[in-house]
Amino acid sequence: MTTAHYNHAVTTLDGPRDGRPAAVVVDRLSKSYGDLVAVDGVSFEVLAGETFGFLGPNGAGKSTTISMLCTLLRPTSGHATVAGADVVTERSLVRSRIGLVFQDPTVDDYLTAEENLRFHAELYGVPKATVKGRMDAVLGMVGLSERRGDQVKTFSGGMRRRLEIARGLLHSPRVLFLDEPTVGLDPQTRSHIWAYITSLKASEEITIFLTTHYMDEAEYCDRIAIIDGGKIVVLDTPEALKAGVGQDRVELGTPDPEAAMAALRDHFGIAATISEGSVTFFVDSGEEFVPRLFGELDLLIKSVRVARPTLDDVFMTYTGRTIRDAEASSADALRSNPFIRAGTRRR
Amino acid sequence: MTATGVAQPAAVRDAGGRFADDVRAVRVVWKRELIRFSRNRTRIVTALVQPVLYLFVLGTGLSAIVRSGGHFNFRTFMFPGVVGMTVLFTAMFSAISIVWDREFGFLREMLVAPVRRWALVIGKCLGGASVATIQAAIMLALAGAVGIPYAPVMIVSLLGEMILIALLLTAFGVLIASRMQRIESFQVVMQFVVLPMFFLSGAIFPLSRLPSWLGALTKFDPLTYAVDPMRRTVFEHLNVPPAIVRAFDPGVSWNGWHLPILFELGLVAVAALALLAGAVAQFSKTE
Repeated sequence: MTTAHYNHAVTTLDGPRDGRPAAVVVDRLSKSYGDLVAVDGVSFEVLAGETFGFLGPNGAGKSTTISMLCTLLRPTSGHATVAGADVVTERSLVRSRIGLVFQDPTVDDYLTAEENLRFHAELYGVPKATVKGRMDAVLGMVGLSERRGDQVKTFSGGMRRRLEIARGLLHSPRVLFLDEPTVGLDPQTRSHIWAYITSLKASEEITIFLTTHYMDEAEYCDRIAIIDGGKIVVLDTPEALKAGVGQDRVELGTPDPEAAMAALRDHFGIAATISEGSVTFFVDSGEEFVPRLFGELDLLIKSVRVARPTLDDVFMTYTGRTIRDAEASSADALRSNPFIRAGTRRR
Repeated sequence: MTATGVAQPAAVRDAGGRFADDVRAVRVVWKRELIRFSRNRTRIVTALVQPVLYLFVLGTGLSAIVRSGGHFNFRTFMFPGVVGMTVLFTAMFSAISIVWDREFGFLREMLVAPVRRWALVIGKCLGGASVATIQAAIMLALAGAVGIPYAPVMIVSLLGEMILIALLLTAFGVLIASRMQRIESFQVVMQFVVLPMFFLSGAIFPLSRLPSWLGALTKFDPLTYAVDPMRRTVFEHLNVPPAIVRAFDPGVSWNGWHLPILFELGLVAVAALALLAGAVAQFSKTE
């Protein structure tokens, strides 16, 4: 999908919606700090119930966009509605309908997990009668029921993040914003956090909007927008993005490579080569091709390996550099990131 | 790590915008300050060390020099000042904890909630003022040790004055904290604001017979108008000769006009409201 095609689809608001309403509608949203344009006229929409990811290096404008959608920053120009409310004119309404999990911890160490949740429930006006049930539900969901009475200062980094996610869900928001939900966590904790996030879809009717600069995390999203230099360069499902980049590589291990190559050539018109002892060839969608291969050919095959293009390849294709290179070169732009703690910010 | 059960779809209600939402926010922010205070026993004890040292070490030391005649002890004079000092340090410390809240992120949890900023500021000020009053009340319990009777009327009047002073100082502290970006600035505030306020307030020496430059400076210190009513309240319940009262409880006068207690307390109240308004305005500016 090209950028031009994508822009057209958004401005006319006729994307593949399956009759679902949009949870987030963004129309030419921009944010500038003096001469520095942090977000440069982005437009997109997120469907209700979707998991939508913003993928890009630090300083690309992810956090600035999310801050505008959460009413923490006023856009320089453009419009956006979140859960049906305008982010500039209906700030309180937006705030009461969204849940927020920041990349920096925002729980109170001296309070217990339960006290942190109660504080949140009061601030968000969760009806008294439902507070208890909601607390039990969200604590259970993130596996912290046993530790509810403990002060947060005794929690590990992963437990704190889980508590933040539980708190973000407490008031039954329609849209949950997760800003770099797993940054700074070890790989095992990261995968646990993702298990919770994905299990959310089963238990809550919620739209999830997240930002990440981890390629592997973007894979969990229904759709991804790759953002670079304040602009959305491409937006689609992870599969479509990867499919758009190139073909899958299939490697077959077989005792008779010559026969396999001949069969592939005759039956499918595929020119295979032998690479490191395996018969190697490229097809559009390898996982769908392999069953056909088994069904239609009578070959002795010992092993099959399908390697798909990664989102790294996608990022490379659309921005001309890897995300790690982009991180290094955008260190300056980082200063414009409003999610960086105020201690380093100058007025 | 499995999702235990399906959360029932809670009644989604759009909070925010209503006065009742803001009142609830005031209450919960206030309550958090009290919980944090009660949980930090070390802080409560530590905060007692300084006033106790001033009262019993500095006070006893100075008693040996200050020959007041009769049975009047300099520690009795210092007591209301030291109680005021406890309010000052605790209130400032509580208010400036906003900078800690910012540093450790919790401030953001409050700022993104669907409530108005004034509610958060008022909650913080009421919380800090409550904590400072409780801390100073612990100090007040030592009155008997310096020869001050536990007269109920005096205790109640002092508590009322302490609450008012605590509000003034927390509002002042929150105003400073809202402009403070880093924890390191806390020392600067202590040295350039809190300590001068303390020394110029008449908390540890009588404001009578001061050189004119120092006497003039003390009149610009808002704490002067807070410590004086407390001292006068204490002296009303002491049985000391008029000469002692003149020397140690001279009151505050403007151009020869002796300010009444209620006028002083009125000044404190007006200043507290002005600072509170300033803190709310300053706080509402931050994104």
